[in-house]
Amino acid sequence: MLTLTCPYCGIAAEETELQPGGEAHLKRFGPGSTDAEFEAYLFARKNPKGVHFERWRHAYGCGKWFMAARDTATLQVFGTYSAQTPHPTPEIVAAIQAHRPDWQPDWLAEPTTQTPADTSAESLNA
Amino acid sequence: MAEALARISQVQDWGMIQIRADLSRAGDAIAEAAGVALPGQGRITTDGSRTLGWMSPDELLLVLPRAETAEALAALQDALATEHALVLDVSDMRAVFRIQGAKALDVLMKLCPADLAAMPQDGLRRTRAAQVACGIWRETDGYVLIGFRSVTDYLRGILTGAAVPGTQLDPR
Amino acid sequence: MTETGPFRLPRGGRLIDRAYQLPFRFDGRQMRGVAGDTLASALLANGQLMMGRSFKYHRPRGPIASGAEEPNALLGLGQGGRFEPNQRATTTPLVGGMVTASQNAWPSLNADIGAINNWLYRFFPAGFYYKTFMHPRPFWKHVFEPIIRRSAGLGKAPTEADPDKYEQAYAHVDVVVVGGGIAGLTAARDAARDGKSVWLVEQTPHFGGRTPTDHADGQARVDALLAELQGMANVTLRRSTQATGLYDHGYLLVRESLADHDPNAGIPRQRLWRIRAGHVVVATGALERPLSFAGNDVPGVILASAVRDYINDYGVAPGRRIVVVTNNDDAYRTALVALDAGLDVAAVIDARSTAEGALPAAVRARGVRVLTGSAIAGVKGGHGVEAVKLCAHSGSGQVTETIDADCVAMSGGWSPVVHLWSHCGGKLNWSDAQSMFAPDPNRPPTGADGKAMASCVGAAAGDLLVPELTGAQAESATMPVWVMPAHAPRKMKFKMWLDFQNDVKVSDVELAAQEGYHSVEHTKRYTTLGMATDQGKVSNINGLAVLSNALNQPIPATGTTTFRPPYTPLTLGTIAGEARGEIFQPLRKTPMHGWHEAQGAFFEPVGHWRRPYCYPKGSESHGDAVAREIRAVRASVGTLDASTLGKIIVKGPDAGRYLDMMYTGMMSSLPIGKCRYGLICSENGFLIDDGVAARLSEDTWLVHTTTGGAERMHGHFEDWLQCEWWDWKVWTANVTEQWAQVAVVGPKARVLLERLGGKIDLSPEALPFMGWIEGEIAGIPARVYRISFSGELSFEVAVPANRGLELWEKLHEAGRDLNVTPYGTEAMHVMRAEKGFIMIGDETDGTVIPQDLGMSWAISKKKADYIGKRAQERSFMTDPGRWKLVGLESLDGRVLPDGVYAVDQGANANGQRKVQGRVTSTYMSPTLDRPIAMGLVRQGPERMGEVLEFPVAGQESYKARIVDPVFYDKEGSRANG
Ligand SMILES: [Zn+2]
Repeated sequence: MLTLTCPYCGIAAEETELQPGGEAHLKRFGPGSTDAEFEAYLFARKNPKGVHFERWRHAYGCGKWFMAARDTATLQVFGTYSAQTPHPTPEIVAAIQAHRPDWQPDWLAEPTTQTPADTSAESLNA
Repeated sequence: MAEALARISQVQDWGMIQIRADLSRAGDAIAEAAGVALPGQGRITTDGSRTLGWMSPDELLLVLPRAETAEALAALQDALATEHALVLDVSDMRAVFRIQGAKALDVLMKLCPADLAAMPQDGLRRTRAAQVACGIWRETDGYVLIGFRSVTDYLRGILTGAAVPGTQLDPR
Repeated sequence: MTETGPFRLPRGGRLIDRAYQLPFRFDGRQMRGVAGDTLASALLANGQLMMGRSFKYHRPRGPIASGAEEPNALLGLGQGGRFEPNQRATTTPLVGGMVTASQNAWPSLNADIGAINNWLYRFFPAGFYYKTFMHPRPFWKHVFEPIIRRSAGLGKAPTEADPDKYEQAYAHVDVVVVGGGIAGLTAARDAARDGKSVWLVEQTPHFGGRTPTDHADGQARVDALLAELQGMANVTLRRSTQATGLYDHGYLLVRESLADHDPNAGIPRQRLWRIRAGHVVVATGALERPLSFAGNDVPGVILASAVRDYINDYGVAPGRRIVVVTNNDDAYRTALVALDAGLDVAAVIDARSTAEGALPAAVRARGVRVLTGSAIAGVKGGHGVEAVKLCAHSGSGQVTETIDADCVAMSGGWSPVVHLWSHCGGKLNWSDAQSMFAPDPNRPPTGADGKAMASCVGAAAGDLLVPELTGAQAESATMPVWVMPAHAPRKMKFKMWLDFQNDVKVSDVELAAQEGYHSVEHTKRYTTLGMATDQGKVSNINGLAVLSNALNQPIPATGTTTFRPPYTPLTLGTIAGEARGEIFQPLRKTPMHGWHEAQGAFFEPVGHWRRPYCYPKGSESHGDAVAREIRAVRASVGTLDASTLGKIIVKGPDAGRYLDMMYTGMMSSLPIGKCRYGLICSENGFLIDDGVAARLSEDTWLVHTTTGGAERMHGHFEDWLQCEWWDWKVWTANVTEQWAQVAVVGPKARVLLERLGGKIDLSPEALPFMGWIEGEIAGIPARVYRISFSGELSFEVAVPANRGLELWEKLHEAGRDLNVTPYGTEAMHVMRAEKGFIMIGDETDGTVIPQDLGMSWAISKKKADYIGKRAQERSFMTDPGRWKLVGLESLDGRVLPDGVYAVDQGANANGQRKVQGRVTSTYMSPTLDRPIAMGLVRQGPERMGEVLEFPVAGQESYKARIVDPVFYDKEGSRANG
């Protein structure tokens, strides 16, 4: 049973205090998207053996959703971070690479979608 | 019959106000209107009969004598009129219990996965008690536990069950 | 001899107190033990060597061990609700008055009919079940299954509720040391000296492990460590506390025995500790392995270490004339202990060609025959050892000599107890030198930080003697002996037991290998090796060594089966903990719950809520009560406790556009003071919740959810808010329980409410249908929503929860002459069905979209997007052949059964009759005095008037006509009154 530290309240919560939310950083496709895009968004999951990014909610706590970077095979936790980010943060990437030097992010090739949002969320959690 | 591990009693005369706001912007205004200093992450602050608890990065809970609730509610709504904020009277949706006595921690250790022994003196921990959500902080001679109103009987049941005489957690 | 049994030695027994005698019963016989006895030691002292029968062949069985690894001595313990099957006699402390019984034997332990299987062993080989019960097929149901069911299972299940209490507790500890032997005590001391918080848990009631018995000065060494530990404030020592499993991230489950010895203490019997350990030190020692020789399962053949435990710890002689058989030096200790106790040691049979260490020398010096290069060819005796036949170990079993003996002390070497290490992925290395799997410190189980979360010390680490702690001298090497003698013929292997409890023999494993079972995991399941309640603690290594030899490969190439928790079985009671009876689960109660109870309401669970289903009067049936409630509402006025409906506040400058995303309809355009019904879909398009939203102010809405949906919908709201549109300025708050809500329903609803008086205008002008208003009713601050789920004139009155009961009582007081009637959820359901209103969970099942329910009117065409919109455009969702909502009118006046399917012509690919619809809601309507129903039917709305057939097994098929789903007041004039 996992223990994850909620980045919003600093509590090391055990799994029974958390609600799982599946793969993190899915890009939503709504009306106007192709069937292929929509199906990929709704159904296709990476399900990797190894480094993975997940959504968790501190349900029996502050109620905030957060992200966890975790190795699905060893259950090593590289870090937890704000849910208000389209991709794992540079700190998380560094923490992963410190333990898994061969691991490379798979999103850097994609064009970065700038959301106007990052700011307000960051200030909330400051 | 030996004594129970702790005295379990329900508190009926407290009011509670939930405050949602950007605390970095509105913290000072809240503290002034509430009459209690702004608590840090995971902490409570207390001033006289009022306690202000940190519930999440954008949520506070003001605990105060029930009779003062309406006035405090108005004061907070006033103070936050120009903010994107939410101030709600949540007095009626809560159940509050006191767990008091030398073995109060033992009672909570049977129900909560949180490391309450390590909680700071002025800490507030939201966790679960057996199967329901709760919040816990310290008070003279024990702890306060708040939960939801609908499960008052359940909370009383698990707390008194965990406090049964002779069941202290010391090694035997 | 003492009065506690003929086999109690005149002196000795470091764990017993002869001053306290304890009477107990075994299979109806009265016996006596002493304080400190285990059940096994007390039975042995009384000469009761045979303690049970094996599972498959019902072979007579006595204990082979003295601890948790015991596979044979399993007893039924206690009576009535306290009866527990499969309790290990070797770890059960004797309690005065204990009632115990042997298992798996009928009519009695000594004359068991099932033992006939024993003579048929050739017909019960490995995989017997798989091979035999396949053909002929019809035999399965009538012959095989009934026989297997009657004889399956070990022990009997208790038939009464367990009267004992159990509890759980959480702990957070820097270092947990598992095992209170000398290595564990030392590790705990070292960690404590580093300032860490330390727990030391020991499965038995005594610290020290094997050291006091096996090493000179052992007790003194243990006592010194204990004294230091007891003086350290950061150390917690727990005895009778069994670590059962180590899980992810240092989660350690530990069962502490509190009142196993005293059922009447009034405290929980056992406590399950759920520990978060910074690090776990596995100091669980090692287990001795049996030797595989013919007749190794005869009662009286006992592990060498157990023989000296019974002598040393309990002052009990497992036999008076002992033969030791071994492949190592350690077993010679048993000969010495037996001699010291005044028992005969007939011989030591050592498979090794030489035995020259200090221990063999000491035994020889006492005049005992030591036969090296020797083996046991067979054991004479049925219910106990009578004699031992010897042979050369290197041969094929020609008997050279027969020695009279009543006990065989066997040792096949030792296996470290690596279970906790292995539960979470710690790896093992095979040591040829020691013939054992030992933990590989370079491949530990890892925790959240990627570092080792456990380490092993002492015997558990493969260091069997820990000389620096015990002062033990080096011993000669153990010789691998997996079959004795080395070239035993097949016939002999039929009598060499590997798994004693499940009756798996060397011959079975070899047969499995021959039949192609090369994976150890497959062989385990095919032969049932290691699948008994002891989980193969003494059998696994021997079994996989035999398999490796049969496959002609080294042992590490075969590998071990997976080590799974729990190490020893946990009672279900500890897993349930406090969750039983009244607090089995949280029952959510509304502020009016007590009133409903006092009125004799019949409750139904809705999520964790308990809601009145109906309020039967006197001997009235539930059906009659529901009909009465409905008639009263439609004729005059009724009240429904609607407090359970979810209530979520949504506030902020972006609240409107946010709600437009969450609902299929338009919420941003809702005027202040008005209510609007809305649907919530998942991103998959499926309808997941519904309810009425009210706009409270420019930037604030209050939305209602279904009773079960409040927490789920609030979570859904927060998910999208926090993770998708986190820059939108919106707060949500679940205020469900802040409010008590009463639906006042019926043509006289307004009359009744106005009687209560108060500063509020409930006239149709001030409060039209789908409006809301705030004010005061009967002196109570209230918000009143004019919404209707029944089709009647209806006001939902929300007041602060603390005042809910007061409002409810005032309504019933003021409305007596109006026949104001409390009604329950069933009346509500029937009335909404009469009106053709859908119910989440009846008309929806997670595959239904609003369009299926004829609710396109609740879906905004103007909005570019909402959660679920894109999914509802997928081809499958727009298929005109989808099943859609219709009303169903029974043709013969019978109420359609719920959930029945309407059949179609033809059959599907599986040969099943095709279907074209199903019933989703069905009731007898008291209002219309005829059955009504709703259902989903393929292209239903286009097929009005068609008759569908619903076959039901054992009954005449139901027939129903497709009609409009609104059965009552189609114009909706009543709600508008
Ligand atoms: Zn949190």
